[in-house]
Amino acid sequence: MGLRLIVLAAMAAGLMVADHRQHHLAVIRDGVASLAYPIQWAVQAPVQAFDAMRESFATKTRVEAENIKLAADNLVLRLKLLRFDSLEQENRRLRAVRESSPRVVQRSLVAEIVRVDLDPFRQRVLINKGTRADVFRGQAAIDANGIYGQVTRVGPFSAEIILISDPEHAIPVQVNRTGARSIALGTGRSGLLSLPYLPQNTDVIVGDLLVSSGLGGVYPPGYPVGKVTAVTRDSGQPLLEIEAEPLAGLDRDPEVLLVWFDSEVMEPLSEPEAAPLPAQAPAGETP
Amino acid sequence: MMIGTRTNFGWGRVVGLTVLALAASVAPLPSFLEPYRPDFVALTVLWFCLLSPRLLGLAYPWCAGLALDGFQGVLLGQHALTLTCIAYVAAKFRLQIRAFPPLQQSAVVLALLWLNEFLLFWIDGVAGHPVTDWRRWLSVPVSAACWPLLTGIYARFASRR
Repeated sequence: MGLRLIVLAAMAAGLMVADHRQHHLAVIRDGVASLAYPIQWAVQAPVQAFDAMRESFATKTRVEAENIKLAADNLVLRLKLLRFDSLEQENRRLRAVRESSPRVVQRSLVAEIVRVDLDPFRQRVLINKGTRADVFRGQAAIDANGIYGQVTRVGPFSAEIILISDPEHAIPVQVNRTGARSIALGTGRSGLLSLPYLPQNTDVIVGDLLVSSGLGGVYPPGYPVGKVTAVTRDSGQPLLEIEAEPLAGLDRDPEVLLVWFDSEVMEPLSEPEAAPLPAQAPAGETP
Repeated sequence: MMIGTRTNFGWGRVVGLTVLALAASVAPLPSFLEPYRPDFVALTVLWFCLLSPRLLGLAYPWCAGLALDGFQGVLLGQHALTLTCIAYVAAKFRLQIRAFPPLQQSAVVLALLWLNEFLLFWIDGVAGHPVTDWRRWLSVPVSAACWPLLTGIYARFASRR
């Protein structure tokens, strides 16, 4: 029995090393994941059915209130859209001048979040789309409010997403107001990101919007990531302590959007000093 | 309540109970309850290893651990290693443990599950993503407290024809 313990422990250790270092175990992982998926789905099916039932018994007043809110939202969005077409044209012309291709989302796919708890101390979720729907490792996922996370593991019918708030996750961001670039790290809490790499003299204030910078090519650039909630300036420290709150509904979304975009072109983004210039240029050109 | 000596259960029951335990380990809970979720797979593995180590051997905890890794999407092999280790200890001392009164048995289970969680904590650290949240240790006492209840249910389940 002792010998068997040693053999099995060595096998487990070998698996761990192979999985951690080389990522050679995609076949085994996918196999285990696809065997697990039917059971995971079955476990959450009653919860989902209960939610669906509750939804169908929703009171008339609630539906009416929701309808009014949606109509109001629709009006606002349509107003924004009126300007969007002309802005898009303008953006395309400017991009042509700079000879860089627009890295905007080209295709998207709605995936439902399977309601199982993978690990309470890691921010991961399971979705119901996999390689059969062309989902790939490293694919970005967003929701209606901002960036959600990226795909870490794909099975045929399911995939695992690591949220931007996972302690192992980092996303390159840019302060929208100034253009200062940094990296937002997950903390393990769904409502908190931390930006530990900005120097003391950086211009950041509470309420600043952080958008994805697109560096690294995983996330499409220019999508909202979070809002700065706290800036701690300790003059004894070389770096600022900045906290931000993710904008995407990380712990309450029933579904996410997987996106495909062209990440081939890695153009350097405009420097903070140069940021105001492009904004002035069209004003000079248009007359 | 006590673990019986009857060992005439088939593989079907072992697999069935293990799959149930796996399902229970990922079933959706309100987020404030999540850290308190008992480690159902470890408890099930311990129960079968105390009941009949000869029939199942160490391959059973290894496979159950690997399945749990796949279910939770963590590093492949970490639960396989830890569950094999605690199952080995449990099988080694099974005659003493089986003779213990329930409370003392729970204490032994507490120690074994603590060892399990410590090994997991260690592996997490070596693999470079330590979870230092103190709440990760909460599931150990909760699981040990669930032990008498769970063995009662399992004993009934195993003796049913």
